Amino acid sequence: MRLAITGLQVSFGTRRVVDVDELHVGAAEIVGLAGESGSGKSMTTLAVLGLAHTVGATVRGSITLDGTELTSLSQRELREVRGRRIAAIFQSPATAFSPVFRVGSVVHRTLRLHGMSKSEATEAASRAMRQVLLSPGLLDRYPSQLSGGQLQRVAIAIALALRAEVLLADEPTSALDVTVQAEVLGVLRELRDRDGMSVLFISHDLAVVAELCDRVAIMRDGRIVEQGPAARVLSAPADAYTADLLAAVPVISAEAGP
Amino acid sequence: MTPAAGDRQAATAAAGHGAAPLLDISELAVRFGPVRAVDGVSLRLPPGPGGLGLVGESGSGKTTIGRAALRLVRTSAGVVRFDAKDIAGLRGKALQDYRRAAQIVFQDPDGVLDPRMRIGATIAEALVAHRMAGRRAAAEQARALLAEVGLDPAFAARYPHQLSGGQRQRVSIARALSVRPRLLVLDEPTSALDVRAQAAILALVGRLRAQRNLAYLLITHNLAIVSELCEQTAVLYLGRVAESGPTGALLGRPAHPYTRALRSAVPELGGATTARMVLPGDPPDAANPPPGCVFHPRCPLAVDRCLTEVPVLREVAAGRLAACHRAEEVLATSSASPGPAPASTAEGSPPGPTAAAPPA
Repeated sequence: MRLAITGLQVSFGTRRVVDVDELHVGAAEIVGLAGESGSGKSMTTLAVLGLAHTVGATVRGSITLDGTELTSLSQRELREVRGRRIAAIFQSPATAFSPVFRVGSVVHRTLRLHGMSKSEATEAASRAMRQVLLSPGLLDRYPSQLSGGQLQRVAIAIALALRAEVLLADEPTSALDVTVQAEVLGVLRELRDRDGMSVLFISHDLAVVAELCDRVAIMRDGRIVEQGPAARVLSAPADAYTADLLAAVPVISAEAGP
Repeated sequence: MTPAAGDRQAATAAAGHGAAPLLDISELAVRFGPVRAVDGVSLRLPPGPGGLGLVGESGSGKTTIGRAALRLVRTSAGVVRFDAKDIAGLRGKALQDYRRAAQIVFQDPDGVLDPRMRIGATIAEALVAHRMAGRRAAAEQARALLAEVGLDPAFAARYPHQLSGGQRQRVSIARALSVRPRLLVLDEPTSALDVRAQAAILALVGRLRAQRNLAYLLITHNLAIVSELCEQTAVLYLGRVAESGPTGALLGRPAHPYTRALRSAVPELGGATTARMVLPGDPPDAANPPPGCVFHPRCPLAVDRCLTEVPVLREVAAGRLAACHRAEEVLATSSASPGPAPASTAEGSPPGPTAAAPPA
């Protein structure tokens, strides 16, 4: 297993917000972590990134990346892992880019920070841009000159250029229009199939999860109530809560409306 | 029936049986500086119960149309009539009546609910402001309204932060309903909610429309929502109507390539069923729209004519309007659902709202 979470507990004081027995992401696998607001999806992401303490939470349990225990690493060692080996993208890509720098300079600096030479970084950035179906010319623009979908793909390109093993994608398409979302989902699929990347895809949207993910875990009140192959869980849920969620998803009907 | 309505085509007769529209938007244009947010849109909504869906992506103009229908933005051309009266000309008592009869529900209920006011007072405030009740009677009505939207009347004594997002949205609906409106503009009413809360709000709207005889414009980016709540739907692209018609037929057999692309981009439970039609690029800049058909840079079917000639919104099948030079071909090849959609909607459904063709 690339990423293995075992007995993870995240708490604020005495209040436990995440209590996950087991969650794995294998090589070249997209695993969905789905649930409603407050279910603990994003706190799980922060814990994996070793950032839960920054919001005042305490973390117990085990998180391993290719067998390395992340929870016992120093902040300095974690910085090597974070960004480089575990990349993350979030709902609003604009927050990842400073508005006063060209997109390319943000990309370049990130790659340099993780040990690439100038020429390596330039080359890796252009290559990664093409892999996410963007023209490397966009690197010369400012964030405000790119659309949300384009910026999200640049964020993914950084992960690609660094050859990250795991991508944490926290609601990466929730703020995007549906036609743009389709493009980003396509890029994530490519990453899995072509580059063997592992993706933990956090989403409240079960239809997107159904379409993208190999496996899915359904989270409620910090716990995983059900997990398994996405096709099985989302068509024949074993848990009543999963069934409730699925029943609430509105469907497009070709019949007359109401 | 107004003289202007007479110009309009069979689309009206098929779905509207000639009923005078409650809301009649004609050739509406709204500009923000150089940006043409709405660029010549005509839509009609008959008296309730019934819903007209406005669907589109960011920048399509759907929210601006809703605001214009409520006289909340300055229009640069066109007419919005409510009950056959031009709302731009309303003054004094007539304007007050209109402000009462047409209400809006926003995506974010927190913009409506004052965090320092109890729920009951927030609802009663609208009644008192419109002089529809004294303080005591208004408080009583507020409790009844809470029950009507499925909340415990005891919530009247609570503050907004003590309620969940879904409950707060119910409160904002109760407040909108309190003054007995005839028209509701629902602007992405469930986009900020979790899926179960969303389903509950949609069910509530479905129940209230019949009980309250409501007519509504439902603004959303979610095709599934219009499919559940709207008889008629208009698909907007860059401030213009790309296509309109009975919702089931429109989603089942799109007549415009953009509707088809939008439809195929929506992820659905049950996984990928049909081959996805991915649109290249992003919607163009509304300050600098492309010549010809505004959709041509992203359209997989664009031909030379589309680069130069703006397609007129025209009737392409019974009750169906589309602004595409190749609409007939699109319609003929959109065989997504062989179901009974087009035939049954024209006859079987009650008089629904229509998207009107612009008077030639």
